[in-house]
Amino acid sequence: MFYSSIGHYSLILGLCISLILIYFSVKNFKNSTILNTKILSFTFLQFFLVVISFICLIISFVLSDFSNETVFNNSHTTKPLFYKIAGTWGNHEGSLLLWLLVLTLFIFIFFLKTKNQPLKYKLLTLIFQQIIIIGFFLFLIETSNPFNYIYPMPEEGMGLNPILQDPALAIHPPILYLGYVGSSIIFSSALAATYLNIVSNVWASHIKKWIVVSWVFLTLGILLGSIWAYYELGWGGFWFWDPVENVSLMPWLALTTLLHCILVLEKKQVLTSWVIILSISTFTLSMCGTFLVRSGILNSVHTFANDPERGLFILVFLFSLICVSLFIFFFFHKSSQNNLNSFFWLSKETSIIINNWFMMYFLSVVLIGTIYPIFLDVLSSQKISVGPPFYHKLIIPFLIPFLIAMAIGPKLKWIKSNIVDKVYLILLLVISIVLSFLIVKKFDFNLLLNTILVSSALYLFFITLREFFIKKYSNISQNIAHFGFSLLILSILFNNLFSSEIITNLKVGETFTSSKTKIVFKSINQKKEKNYKSIIANFSIENLDGIIDNLSPELRIYNQPNIVTSEADIKTTLLSDKFIVINIVQNQDYFNVRYQVKPFMLWIWLSVILISFGGLISFFKKEYEK
Amino acid sequence: MKNKLLPIFITSIFIIIFIFFYRGLQNTNIYTPEIKINNKIPSFKGNLFDSNETTNSSNLFNTDKFYLLNIWSSWCVPCRKEHVLLMNLRKNKKLEVIGINYKDTKINAESFLAELGNPYKKIIFDKEGINAIEWGAYGVPESFLIKDGIIIKRYIGPLNKKLTKEIKSIIK
Repeated sequence: MFYSSIGHYSLILGLCISLILIYFSVKNFKNSTILNTKILSFTFLQFFLVVISFICLIISFVLSDFSNETVFNNSHTTKPLFYKIAGTWGNHEGSLLLWLLVLTLFIFIFFLKTKNQPLKYKLLTLIFQQIIIIGFFLFLIETSNPFNYIYPMPEEGMGLNPILQDPALAIHPPILYLGYVGSSIIFSSALAATYLNIVSNVWASHIKKWIVVSWVFLTLGILLGSIWAYYELGWGGFWFWDPVENVSLMPWLALTTLLHCILVLEKKQVLTSWVIILSISTFTLSMCGTFLVRSGILNSVHTFANDPERGLFILVFLFSLICVSLFIFFFFHKSSQNNLNSFFWLSKETSIIINNWFMMYFLSVVLIGTIYPIFLDVLSSQKISVGPPFYHKLIIPFLIPFLIAMAIGPKLKWIKSNIVDKVYLILLLVISIVLSFLIVKKFDFNLLLNTILVSSALYLFFITLREFFIKKYSNISQNIAHFGFSLLILSILFNNLFSSEIITNLKVGETFTSSKTKIVFKSINQKKEKNYKSIIANFSIENLDGIIDNLSPELRIYNQPNIVTSEADIKTTLLSDKFIVINIVQNQDYFNVRYQVKPFMLWIWLSVILISFGGLISFFKKEYEK
Repeated sequence: MKNKLLPIFITSIFIIIFIFFYRGLQNTNIYTPEIKINNKIPSFKGNLFDSNETTNSSNLFNTDKFYLLNIWSSWCVPCRKEHVLLMNLRKNKKLEVIGINYKDTKINAESFLAELGNPYKKIIFDKEGINAIEWGAYGVPESFLIKDGIIIKRYIGPLNKKLTKEIKSIIK
């Protein structure tokens, strides 16, 4: 009760400070040439107030204060402490408070770290950022206040959805939000720079740090979500093209493109329109994601809150931001078109523009796949959902030239170049084609498409691999990231091609035998934990080579809320994952057993880590490729 | 000229998207029917549990008797307690008990009825839980007392002895 009031009032104070900050910034913007020191103090104060409010919410969760509606809806006394704390941001209200926390933190850091930029630019960025912050304050206080009271106070809470009780999911939202919110700084800064007409290489190298940081966090955030889906949902996959996954992928695609454009802008006064539009769209796509997920407009496996009022608020807010940014872009941006023609056809710039168009294509495919069901629903009241085949058909063919461009592009020089090492480029291409032909042939798959796909991925793989040995680490971050990407595509391809699955119903003591594997259902144990009971099944699985693995999948019956979850047991080795999951068959002694062998799963995770590691290195490196 | 057309074009695209999203918000998937006491029963179609034939509301409530519509399920614990009282109510000649079997499997429901007896004149098999939504049910169990196509009483949660007495006194 006490903590809820503190939290609530510090939120309101934080909102007031936004207004004060805007007032001071506008005044300072007009009059003086020196930064008003009050602005920095107020920015910190605002951050501090949101921290207090966030801590209050955590305390309410830890103490299980059920007079707080958010705690009541999402917690329970028997929940382990770790998930009580993680539950703070595992729900709609708390996650928005976290979003706000990161927003205020980032603008504070932005002010501290930005030294060599014009004062007007800093102030204008602050104003734009405060407009966004005000929007979120209002949204939080009006439609989703985390500090609502319930009277009389309930005895016990409703509990956190068990599928959300997973370590990967506990850190997934904060990491993802760091990425999303980082894009808001890029957005404000791009608008400010456009307004003042200072979009130049100086600005580019300043904002590049922010782009890289947001990109690294966004990449890791998506990875964690994917790991969670693989281990917890028990469907045996890591990406389902679910709308909620797509809305995190869209900003990532835009941000990745932006990351490449900003490298060009750093060198040469070109692609300014690209940079501005991408900065705007990265943030609006993040917001659009929030809208789609939070409003319940989409049907998805993990839509959180269904509340049209919230949806309307975000929708209006989102479109006002789009209008403002379009206005600024069209009226203040002076494009540098004369420079565009000076590209030589064979140069790094051209290859980056090619990359841009590919990325834009992928982005539009995902965007259309995600929002088309909404349009159709409005037009014809027909409910459809767009599944993996749509994305696979549209994306895979274009992946081939994309991969090849990715292999050759970085080898080109800025402005104008000839291809060096022609012999190696062709030699490696031939090797990749032969190698993938042999692989595909041996296992008798659909020959043509798979050969081309695998060979283009292998090509990128070999070229980046060779690069590690010959170059003097002048551009190691880019090379690591591209190497990671080739590894990712290869792992996904091999994972798809070589996966095998057995589905059967077994009783305790029974054995299932197929040509390659023997599954023995040995026994069942029961276990009682603090907030769930579990049934553990013990299997031993023998494959052709006579190697025996013991796997023990689990069924958990949570007491609050009363939900049964299947915990897969996964044995991870360097080359493949063995994945087994059981389900209850109603009223019978049988269990439904699903056993999968999934090669290269570990490499999918590792390669994404490698990709973000590449980004991280470029953040710590002083200069990019002299 | 070209420079002016582009902003107008892009802005109008965004306005169209806005309208679509806005309309999309209006028909969200939340749907709460207004079922009130003294209102007519909702008209609905459903499949009969035994024969799998389709039936509708006017066929089910066609006589001048009283009807007690009971939403139940084999997995619902309070339904077991309530079931005894329903068996008791069944003996009353002026009353017909109709069941809606909510989100259940046939095998489980049959063994439930075999164990505790079948008080229902007719049962609608509501595997997806759609019929229960049409009645605006909060959950299982829930019961409606109906006479001449009008809902007289609504009982959320399991019936108890006091409530069955009330039902009996209304029927008299």
